[in-house]
Amino acid sequence: MADTAATAIPDTAGPETAGETGDGVRRRDFLDIAAVSAAGIGGLAVLYPLISQMAPSKDVLAASTTEVDVSAIQPGQAIKAVFRKQPLFVRRLTPAEVEAANATPAGTLRDPQSLAERTKEGHEDMLVTMGVCTHLGCVPLGAAEGEVKGEFGGYFCPCHGSHYDTAGRIRKGPAPTNLEVPEYEFTSDTVIRVG
Amino acid sequence: MSFPWAKEYTPTNGVAKFLDEKLPLPRLVYNAVGAGYPVPRNLSYFWNFGVLAGFFLVLQIVTGVVLAMHYAANAQVAFATTEHIMRDVNWGWLMRYAHANGASFFFIVVYLHIFRGFYYSSYKAPREMIWLLGVTIFLLMMATAFMGYVLPWGQMSFWGAKVITGLFGAIPLVGEPIQVWLLGGYAPDNAALNRFFSLHFLLPFVIAGCVILHIWALHIPGSSNPTGVEIKSESDTLPFHPYYTVKDGFGLGVALLFFMTMVFFLPNALGHPDNYIEANPLSTPAHIVPEWYFWPFYAILRAFTADFLFIPAKLMGVLAMFAAILVWFILPWLDKSPVRSGHYRPLFRKFFWFGLIPAMIVLFICGGAPAEEPYVMLSQIATAYYFLHFLVILPIVSQVEQPEPLPYSITEAVLGSDKKAVLGENATPAV
Repeated sequence: MADTAATAIPDTAGPETAGETGDGVRRRDFLDIAAVSAAGIGGLAVLYPLISQMAPSKDVLAASTTEVDVSAIQPGQAIKAVFRKQPLFVRRLTPAEVEAANATPAGTLRDPQSLAERTKEGHEDMLVTMGVCTHLGCVPLGAAEGEVKGEFGGYFCPCHGSHYDTAGRIRKGPAPTNLEVPEYEFTSDTVIRVG
Repeated sequence: MSFPWAKEYTPTNGVAKFLDEKLPLPRLVYNAVGAGYPVPRNLSYFWNFGVLAGFFLVLQIVTGVVLAMHYAANAQVAFATTEHIMRDVNWGWLMRYAHANGASFFFIVVYLHIFRGFYYSSYKAPREMIWLLGVTIFLLMMATAFMGYVLPWGQMSFWGAKVITGLFGAIPLVGEPIQVWLLGGYAPDNAALNRFFSLHFLLPFVIAGCVILHIWALHIPGSSNPTGVEIKSESDTLPFHPYYTVKDGFGLGVALLFFMTMVFFLPNALGHPDNYIEANPLSTPAHIVPEWYFWPFYAILRAFTADFLFIPAKLMGVLAMFAAILVWFILPWLDKSPVRSGHYRPLFRKFFWFGLIPAMIVLFICGGAPAEEPYVMLSQIATAYYFLHFLVILPIVSQVEQPEPLPYSITEAVLGSDKKAVLGENATPAV
């Protein structure tokens, strides 16, 4: 860009070779590249906070673990808790439901997982899943008393007809994966901490 | 418009040719801030502040849109969401401090821009419309800044809103109903906060529109310059790019150094500690002053302490405060001297440096000081001079003054001689 000057204004700009070093590099080109690079890097650095400010703020992150007391849940019952502003299903399976889940060969499923892989050791009857259908995010039925549990006795999503079995695995319908099992641990025999 | 020697935009590749036919945006940019815009070759750093003002407008809009993502304009939670921005939102402190100090820097560069206009008489023909649009932008900025300061809903926000809307209460007969209407209540509350937020979001875009008109009007006669002598030939000009893109870029770098020093090291230096106390309608802070950029006008407001003829002091102060800015609108017709630059106007220069500027400084200091002596008397004297300067001194000076000889052309002013002047070519009067 700098060389346009010399032709336009002959009485101010020096000859084209002004400021040229021995090896034919013009100092002005060096300054040009250095200045524009510094401005470019500065501009990119400004983008970082502008993008980062839309990520979850500290108060949202601070509310991202939830403790649930599971002692009162009877076999065959489920409760809904809230984890990261989304429904969380905690369900105590009956022995028959555990048996039904184990009787299904995992390898034949769309998202192959066994019940043991989806529960904690020693608590195979305690199924903790997100209450968020993996298809498009509706809340499946089946956790509350009297709700439809679908063809496989687990959960049924009324939005687009996904059927989940007693281990929360997708068996029929458009959902691509099993109901998500969030990260959680038993802090005692009766309390879980999710997140 | 442009000068006959302005370089013409020539699209080089297929995409550029296609664009140039359908929507000649690259051509517009080339002719506005590219090599296609010839600019006087002698512009000093005082000509940087227009670009800087544009930069700070963009900065305010970007940071403001970000803040609006996290703020809630509700009297119950406004103060809390402001603290939420400071403590919880990622980089929220940076966004808020950049926005608060950005407002101050916007005013700093605009005041320097106006100062340039005063000294070099940039408002004179053929640039009156640029000046009128500029004064309009300044008024819009004041309204926007005031309403923005209310949003954090601290003590200064609340009492600022009460005092400033109280100005309208000074209007005879209809004043009080107007004030109640403006606030949507008897004191600032949710209704006022909501409408201030809505307008604070809207007005910057109105300003941006006026800025486009301002630049459009500027590009018709082209930029003025420190000699005030109009462009005569190609040797008086340089293409905007690269000469003034580089000069403006350097100025921007310097301005950002000052700005970032404030944002990172003195973020609250220009604010008021009282605004970190939540709004309390039952208790006024002991010393209530507006933001620094309103001080000169605030001093004029408070200078009227006694009823004047049949006009009550309260109304007089309000009228004078608005008149102090509105008088700028008729400035192109008050200062009739054909010479533009203060550099060639000895008498004007004396009144400028020893009259107007000291008066503005006194008003600035008094506006930030408590309403007690000697500040009241000083602001009365300065206010009197301020109006005298514009309404009496400037018109008289422009009639009686003997200007110093002007250079024949910008080229002569820069190089000491202009071949065309010697040859008698293009021999028009040097104004």
